[in-house]
Amino acid sequence: MQSEKQSNSLSRKILQAISDASLVPFLAILTAVVLGGIIIAFVGGNPFLAYRGLIEGSFGSTKALSETAVWATPYIFAGLAVALAFKGGLFNIGAEGQLAVGAVSSALIGYALPEWLGFSLPTIIHLPLAIIAGMLMGGIWAGIVGWLKAYTGGHEVINTIMMNYIALNTTSFLLNGVMKDRSPTNVIARTPLIDESARMPAIFEGLRVHWGFVLALFVAFFIWWLLNKTTLGFEIRTVGLNPDAAQYAGINVKRTIILTMVLSGMLAGLAGSIEVTGLNYRHELGFSIGYGFDAIAIALLGKSHPLGIVLSAFLFAAMRNGATRMQFLTQMPVDLISMIQALILLFVAADAIIRYIYRIKAKGERVVLTRGWGG
Amino acid sequence: MSEPQIVLEAKGITKQFPGVLASDNVNFDLRKGEIHALLGENGAGKSTLMNLIYGLHRPDKGEIIVNGKQLDVQSPNDSIAAGIGMVHQHFMLIPVFTVAENVMLGDEVTKRGALDRVTVAEKITEISKQYGLDVDPNALVGPLPVGIQQRVEIVKTLYRNAEIVILDEPTAVLTPQEAEDLFRIMRDLTARGVSIIFITHKLKEVLAVADRITVMRAGRVINTVKPSETDSAQLANMMVGRQVILTVDKKDHEAHEDILKVEGLSVRDQRNLETVHNVSFTVRGGEVLGIAGVQGNGQTELSEALTGLRHPTSGKVTIDGNDLTGKSPRVITEAGLAHIPEDRQRHGLVLSYSVADNMVLCDYYHAPFSSRGVIQPKALDENSRKLINAFDVRTPSPFVNAGKLSGGNQQKVIVARELSRSNVKLVVANQPTRGLDVGSIEYIHSEIIKMRDRGVAVLLISAELDEIMALSDRIAVMYRGQIVAVVDAKKTTREQLGLWMAGAHVETV
Repeated sequence: MQSEKQSNSLSRKILQAISDASLVPFLAILTAVVLGGIIIAFVGGNPFLAYRGLIEGSFGSTKALSETAVWATPYIFAGLAVALAFKGGLFNIGAEGQLAVGAVSSALIGYALPEWLGFSLPTIIHLPLAIIAGMLMGGIWAGIVGWLKAYTGGHEVINTIMMNYIALNTTSFLLNGVMKDRSPTNVIARTPLIDESARMPAIFEGLRVHWGFVLALFVAFFIWWLLNKTTLGFEIRTVGLNPDAAQYAGINVKRTIILTMVLSGMLAGLAGSIEVTGLNYRHELGFSIGYGFDAIAIALLGKSHPLGIVLSAFLFAAMRNGATRMQFLTQMPVDLISMIQALILLFVAADAIIRYIYRIKAKGERVVLTRGWGG
Repeated sequence: MSEPQIVLEAKGITKQFPGVLASDNVNFDLRKGEIHALLGENGAGKSTLMNLIYGLHRPDKGEIIVNGKQLDVQSPNDSIAAGIGMVHQHFMLIPVFTVAENVMLGDEVTKRGALDRVTVAEKITEISKQYGLDVDPNALVGPLPVGIQQRVEIVKTLYRNAEIVILDEPTAVLTPQEAEDLFRIMRDLTARGVSIIFITHKLKEVLAVADRITVMRAGRVINTVKPSETDSAQLANMMVGRQVILTVDKKDHEAHEDILKVEGLSVRDQRNLETVHNVSFTVRGGEVLGIAGVQGNGQTELSEALTGLRHPTSGKVTIDGNDLTGKSPRVITEAGLAHIPEDRQRHGLVLSYSVADNMVLCDYYHAPFSSRGVIQPKALDENSRKLINAFDVRTPSPFVNAGKLSGGNQQKVIVARELSRSNVKLVVANQPTRGLDVGSIEYIHSEIIKMRDRGVAVLLISAELDEIMALSDRIAVMYRGQIVAVVDAKKTTREQLGLWMAGAHVETV
């Protein structure tokens, strides 16, 4: 929405907008890091050494970088899932469950499809099929919640939590039963390995970072484009900001709510798919514990903007990945990282604290996470 | 006594809100036993001044003196203790409580830990008799008529021994007859030594009831006058700072064929109560049909049913021959509806969207604004610049959020979007000028008349009788969900319409 002549002042405006939007998250991170450092010192550690370990462990070498990217991949997908729902005025707490059903479906297609067909498939067909299966299952799983919201008024927060229980327990049932890896030595609840033809190739020889990471970056861009440049995105955002005005404007609010949940679930399912096809080559009970919940933190920290989500996914990935090195250098427990992450989230969610500490005036309107019960 | 006793005095009150000087060195005094009207447009600073006196805000500068003592208001409790009571425009009553329970709320009388309704009821009856305020202390508040609910609010202030009563826009929700009743009560109160500050923007009421009139504009006191020394034209002039045309300039209408046809329409509200009963009427091309009525007589549900926001329970709605009963807003819009909704911030706008986005809120999905599902920013930009010019929307740029504009300019964004659509056959305008400044009102009125003159059918719903009378060619009166009269606008009077609005039977149609 700009003419070329204004591009100079416009780029300045965009920079201004970015710095306005990222100021609070940045200060929240800074404050959490300082507080974390104080706590490390308090329990007898050296905060500088600890943070050096964290940075070395996450960015210090090619391998460290590759591992950080590996961690960041599911975080980006799942963070986008939660953020897209936020944009549509919905709070998807069910990314964890959608991720699990996505992973199970991808694994199933990955190891069983050639068996059913009786012949093997080339990667170009098998891999996309596995990924699409995961996305579809995640989309259906979340779509049920969207349908309940649109037609019965059942609140998505409650229903996504309930669907998480169903998903996680069904997964456990399947992985312990019909889908269990039958190899004689196996005692773990996990699927067989998926076929070579369903695996995502690595980008570089010898490093674990795979093409799923590139796909994540591409999908982040795609979601930005979808939300801001298409009529569907306009509908999703309008329903999210003012459902009454959306109805007045002739937007089918019920359809849009369902569609938003389906898209959100597809992104979460994709997170599960990519973990199976790109990294683990199977689904194992408990591999993802927390991705879906960290995703909420990532979406909040990234202010539901795809670029912000990529950045916060990297931050969370780096902290998870660097924690081991930190523990090695300072004997600080890895749990400390969870604490710092919790502090960051606390400061982002309760941004009045940050605004008070740094004397920043509130600008624009508040982030609305979810509307009232039955709203 | 030659010198009247001053019960309340505000000296040099100044209050700055972000971006607005809401109160600029205001001086105001209230004499014992008088009705002092505070007159001004919306946003002139009347409510701010009263909120400062009542303790909801604190002034930056200046002092408030009550009965000779400086009042240091931290909260409404201090002003209540000082004998000031306020009746808000929106009543602060709990519908499922009785009158007595509502009156004692916040100041409950108890007997061994239980509410003492008997003592309170006795005191209310006593107040009722003393001031001629007839209310039943044991009645539930919810089903009471609005006029009676207002009395309960007044009793509430007197129960707390208020000697100064502030009435904020008390007649906005009343029928002309109920308003007459209120004026009688106000005179009774002042005869018994109560002093009243009467906030309003209606000139006629001020002239009818006030002892003195203070006119405010843009946070300043313009003048204080006596009704006998002024007239409505002069007051209007002081309110807006320029000569106002109180009537809309319009040519005689040439009505064409029927455009909107409503037959036997019934609608239920969200509580599932039928608020529109078996309503039938038509609006012809080239005419304005005004629907007059006190707010809450089914107008909201009627307009929602016509525009697709609510399903009617029975009946038929056709626009230019197309049956559109119960169709979605999009289908109705595509059939030629332009809808200026009652609540501009709830339905009409997305406040955090830019002006440009809001100007395509209903049309974003078709050419030239989008192509194959992708929004075309250039088309949005051109469209908004064109409309901002054509409809005189005061905005720094098309990219500013609609929420940042004044109420009048927000409404102009909606009017521009709706009336500029190429296929408009019917305009439904519900309270199109509520809460706006006079300049915007004049502008929107002239746009509505322009549509009429182009042969479009216009359905105007308004609680402002003056607006209905100024714009309409025919007037329908709505009372308790029914159209009780349809008359030629030239052959009726305010008084006659007021009677119908109050539910009087119709002898002649």
